[in-house]
Amino acid sequence: MAEVATLPTRLPTRRDEAWRYADMDGLARLGADALDAWQDIDVPAGESVTQCHILGSDAPELHRIRVSLGEGARAAFFVTNAGQDYTRVEVEVHLARGAHFEFGGVTIGGGTATREFVTKVVHAEPEATSNQTVRSVHWDTGTGNFLGEIKVARHAQKTDAAQDFKALLLEAGASANAVPQLEIFADDVKCAHGATVGELDEAARYYMAARGLAPDVAQRLLVQAFIGDAFVSLDDPAEHERLLNAALNALEGARL
Amino acid sequence: MLEITNLHATVGGPDKPTPILKGLTLHVPAGEIHAIMGPNGAGKSTLSNVLGGKPGYDVTAGSVTFNGQDLLALDPHERAAAGLFLGFQYPVEIPGVSNVQFLREALNSQRRQRGEEPLSGGEFLKLAKEKAALLQMDMDMLKRQVNVGFSGGEKKRAEMVQMGILNPSFAVLDETDSGLDIDALRIVGAGINAIMRSPDKAVLLITHYQRLLDVVRPDKVSVLADGRIVETGGPELALRLEAEGYDTVMADG
Repeated sequence: MAEVATLPTRLPTRRDEAWRYADMDGLARLGADALDAWQDIDVPAGESVTQCHILGSDAPELHRIRVSLGEGARAAFFVTNAGQDYTRVEVEVHLARGAHFEFGGVTIGGGTATREFVTKVVHAEPEATSNQTVRSVHWDTGTGNFLGEIKVARHAQKTDAAQDFKALLLEAGASANAVPQLEIFADDVKCAHGATVGELDEAARYYMAARGLAPDVAQRLLVQAFIGDAFVSLDDPAEHERLLNAALNALEGARL
Repeated sequence: MLEITNLHATVGGPDKPTPILKGLTLHVPAGEIHAIMGPNGAGKSTLSNVLGGKPGYDVTAGSVTFNGQDLLALDPHERAAAGLFLGFQYPVEIPGVSNVQFLREALNSQRRQRGEEPLSGGEFLKLAKEKAALLQMDMDMLKRQVNVGFSGGEKKRAEMVQMGILNPSFAVLDETDSGLDIDALRIVGAGINAIMRSPDKAVLLITHYQRLLDVVRPDKVSVLADGRIVETGGPELALRLEAEGYDTVMADG
């Protein structure tokens, strides 16, 4: 079977559910090799890992992370995805009994780029919890996607999994896609998901202008309030500020 | 200070313009508190919205000068920096933004536009504490999100705290008394006097009721009906309106 092992990785197509809104041209420029670059993180029972990332550049990026959580382990990932080209962040998580996975992500940007988070959270054992919060802010013809899959195994009773996506589009050409996919085989679980897409509150903008806030300052404050939810459970103030500022700095040049 | 001359304004956009203000003329000099009363639909809120520059209102004729400057040529935030304050009939909730952050950014944004140094965090908090105390508002309220979960009365009181902190030279207060109980009305009225009663400031006080005027005691009262000022007088005009109603007073001329 040696020839099978040496076969090049097949490039996915948009017919693959997890690549439905992907930028296939961006992926082609990355090349198939990028698909093999998985980063594996094992968190032993009872231990805890927190990672904060600011991702995105002016070239396509693919980040694939596989997380395995032992009993009672905890992993928290917070990501600002502010790429100027196709930037895809994939996280696959496997939770043992009583483990917790926390994910807070922000996609932000204009231009023509697609930024996306694709998560697959497998509640394989009972009593594990997960919470995912994604906020997207886009303008020009920029796109933000959140494809979130949650799988709950038949015996994974008392699972508590939540997924929340909100997008703010600053102009008509921008877009956002949310694909929640819940596959639940246990019967005593809580699984919540929600997705909304909206625009900046005009009444709030006028109120802020009437108090003297210049349009760019008002926009920055409103966007800060909007994306704040994604980092609310990040309790390291320095990291919190770093991720938030990276997102807000990406806002410069956005349509007012 | 504020000179409104033959102002015509419509709402509804260019496709379906509805005329609301139909030749409104009103001069408010520095040192004056001028009450505007009038029946529902007369154009009182439209006047306030046009002065503030709210999107959706189109001025079709006339002029507004503020301290010699063409007010209508300024963007809403520039009007605020020039010294105009709008008290909202329905203050807007801004989830996720605290009053302290909102007001500090607002004050410093105004100061930057005027070429003044921004206030430091400490300086701002000292000012905010002082003005909140004036309106008997707890500092904890200022740490909460802007107007979120505030009762009607708290929102109006918060508006006055904002006015105290921003220290405008001219305030347009649109039905600041609506939604206030008697005690809150007295506090807000006293706040208006404390903040705005000054020879170099002026107020346009839009109201339906005599009760606020009992506390604030306007120098002039004008009646706005069908988009125009139809009568101007002293405080006694408001008392006559309260006693006899708009129809009778306007019929008498």
